[in-house]
Amino acid sequence: MKKGIFSRNFSLIVTIVLFLLLFTAGSLRYRGFFSAQVFLNLFIDNAYLIIIAVGMTFVLISGGIDISVASVVAFVGMLSAYLLRNGWNPYLVMLLMLLIGSTGGFLMGYIIHYFKIQPFIATLAGQFLYRGACFIISTSSILIDNPVYSTIANYQIKLAPRTYISISVVIALIVVIAGAITAKFSKFGRAVYAVGGNEQSANLMGLPVARIKISVYVLSGFCAALGGIVFSFYTLSGYGLQNIGLEMDAIASSVIGGTLLTGGVGSVVGSMFGVLIQGIIQTIIIFQGNLSSWWTKVAVASLLCLFIVLQRVISANRERIRRRMLNDS
Amino acid sequence: MDNKEILLTMRNISKSFPGVKALDKVDFTLRKGEIHALLGENGAGKSTLIKVLTGIESMDEGQVTLEGKPIHVKNSQHAQALGISTVYQEVNLCGNLSVAENIFVGREPMAFGRIDWKTVNKRAKELLKNLNVDIDVTKTLDSYPVAIQQMVAIARALDISAKILILDEPTSSLDAAECRKLFSVMKQLRAEGMGIIFVTHFLDQVYEVSDMITVLRNGELVGEYEARNLPKVELIGKMIGKDYEQLQQIESSKKTSHEAKENFITCRNITSEANIRDLDLDVNKGEVLGLAGLLGSGRSEIVRALFGADRILSGELNVNKKRIKRNKPITAIRNGLGYCPEDRKSEGIVSELTIRENIILALQAKRGMFRFIGRKEQNRIAEHYIKLLDIKTPGREQQIKNLSGGNQQKVLLARWLATDPELLMLDEPTRGIDVGTKTEIQKIVLQLAEKGMSVIFISSEMDEMLRCCGRMVVLNDKKKLGELSGAEINEQIIMEMIAGGKSV
Repeated sequence: MKKGIFSRNFSLIVTIVLFLLLFTAGSLRYRGFFSAQVFLNLFIDNAYLIIIAVGMTFVLISGGIDISVASVVAFVGMLSAYLLRNGWNPYLVMLLMLLIGSTGGFLMGYIIHYFKIQPFIATLAGQFLYRGACFIISTSSILIDNPVYSTIANYQIKLAPRTYISISVVIALIVVIAGAITAKFSKFGRAVYAVGGNEQSANLMGLPVARIKISVYVLSGFCAALGGIVFSFYTLSGYGLQNIGLEMDAIASSVIGGTLLTGGVGSVVGSMFGVLIQGIIQTIIIFQGNLSSWWTKVAVASLLCLFIVLQRVISANRERIRRRMLNDS
Repeated sequence: MDNKEILLTMRNISKSFPGVKALDKVDFTLRKGEIHALLGENGAGKSTLIKVLTGIESMDEGQVTLEGKPIHVKNSQHAQALGISTVYQEVNLCGNLSVAENIFVGREPMAFGRIDWKTVNKRAKELLKNLNVDIDVTKTLDSYPVAIQQMVAIARALDISAKILILDEPTSSLDAAECRKLFSVMKQLRAEGMGIIFVTHFLDQVYEVSDMITVLRNGELVGEYEARNLPKVELIGKMIGKDYEQLQQIESSKKTSHEAKENFITCRNITSEANIRDLDLDVNKGEVLGLAGLLGSGRSEIVRALFGADRILSGELNVNKKRIKRNKPITAIRNGLGYCPEDRKSEGIVSELTIRENIILALQAKRGMFRFIGRKEQNRIAEHYIKLLDIKTPGREQQIKNLSGGNQQKVLLARWLATDPELLMLDEPTRGIDVGTKTEIQKIVLQLAEKGMSVIFISSEMDEMLRCCGRMVVLNDKKKLGELSGAEINEQIIMEMIAGGKSV
């Protein structure tokens, strides 16, 4: 029966192994690929996506979906740029953004739970709202020249000579660690798994299903806003067409990291590796030099297929084992 | 039994749903250290009573007292807080979580602000050991068979509160050995002073563990009895609404058995995925064959297997002397079978469609997607059956959901009659239907048989079966006990067969 435990973490293990394989392959094939900074750049370039993916993971584990996150990122970038240009205090702006993200998440969660609206539709409305609101602020991009933002954006935390990470990476890692601990060691985290596994059962077991379901959207909105802030450090501008389709990258990362869209299964660390795998494919394509960056999508598409089929096979296998045990006993 | 302390009383409980009185002034009493079986056929009100007690439904009137104090249960969380735990038929746990988590989720022991997994696992292991289950509690729940899952559900229920344990059909997916294990746990809990309400439709099991029996029928209380003073035959009589003595006096309504015995369906050694095992069954042309047995005896599963709704795993099925290899509903329809399922709402009608569309469905399926039935022909067919079956409706374009249950059933009959079937399988065609329509449907069934159509008829009401069926197959526990035909058909014999659980 060791197989059961193994298959539970099987997707995660496959993800990590795949990441290592890709990294090894890149290192063997391209000169200069095998360096700490190439590895760290994966985090620097994808910090915002990692943060968003953490929030998304909770939503997916609960059995929902949140497709508003990319628009939240764009809106946060836009509104921050606008407010900073008007001389607002940068820290106040960041706080406000987190508040907006969380409140938006709360509203969507509330509608999803109490009006029994499919999460896809409710967050689609959110997506349109945030995206539309960007263009109410401005139709063109706004630069951020606030000194606090520039300082944070350009600050390099030296780990070794010529090896550094950005503050965004620190934020992302804190989010991942906090997310992982929440998922595994808090009542809330376990309740999210329970709701995703079987909402009706969770209710009958006396779990506060409403609060849990709404909370995951709050969490996702918060993470999206934080991701938006980190993204504005990265680009130092706000633009309404920024990051279209990013929500799908976040969902894809989670799925590659072993999250089941049907809910109940998934891990924060897995999602982080999901992001890193997408990042490393992109890096390989850049190192290759003669390929369009859209090849990343092709590669990610094949990976997604692979993982979805893999998950299906695992769960079908588990079902078969269960049935056999039923018949034997 | 009278010396035992009273734990729970429910008095004058009434509950109505639109159009149905689900409970009508029902009383129920549970004492400490008692296993109390709650029995009745489908629609008797068992589950409504349980739902009222656990706060899932609110009652219209009545009083509930727990240990002498009046209580008003608001929801399932409240019920748990009061000490009433329920283990449902479908295991209501999360298969994706570990066994230990399922017992503790929502109330995990904490240490230093995080869940103390060591303690969780240790205590889960101990709790299950008390129930004689020794398993690895860190594995996910769905890696264990249902019997173990049931034990986990019980362990959770016991750890949360331990005054009243409600077991709602806990044994329907357990085999004999697993049942024995469950029963020994129940007896152990009884010895510890817990009150257990046991809902089941397996009568043998009732007698194996129960002290008291309460029987409901049609939402009314039939009575409360001591198990050892109530013979099984009498119990069955009370469940289906016939007194044993009365029955002995009734002359069995004799049926002229059709002499033309041409075979339409022959089954040999059929085993289906729904646990029908090694069944032999013949259906002759132009006969009404009754499948008699209590709920869960396998009567619905047999017709589902014949219709291809459940997969047949092994055995031989011949329709019209043709061997059927892979049976699917569409194959069955094309072979001349029709099936009105037991659950009219979810498996029968398509509530948003009109009467005409509902009638045409099966015929269109039979002809295939690309041979569209023209609107004119549709109208003609619909009008024809509305008139023939006397369906009461303002017109054929009414949505079927606006019709009464009886008329919906007639539309479903029309759906199959339109395909001109050779065998019509009716599973509880008259449930929840007023008496007038019931008789009409019975008449239709008999007329159809006279015209040479075969009918398989299933009903929980003995009277109806006796009136309609020329031959009866008696079932219990998914096994065929025997066959009766013509003059042999007699309610008393059937009840004795079911009670005895043995072949004649």
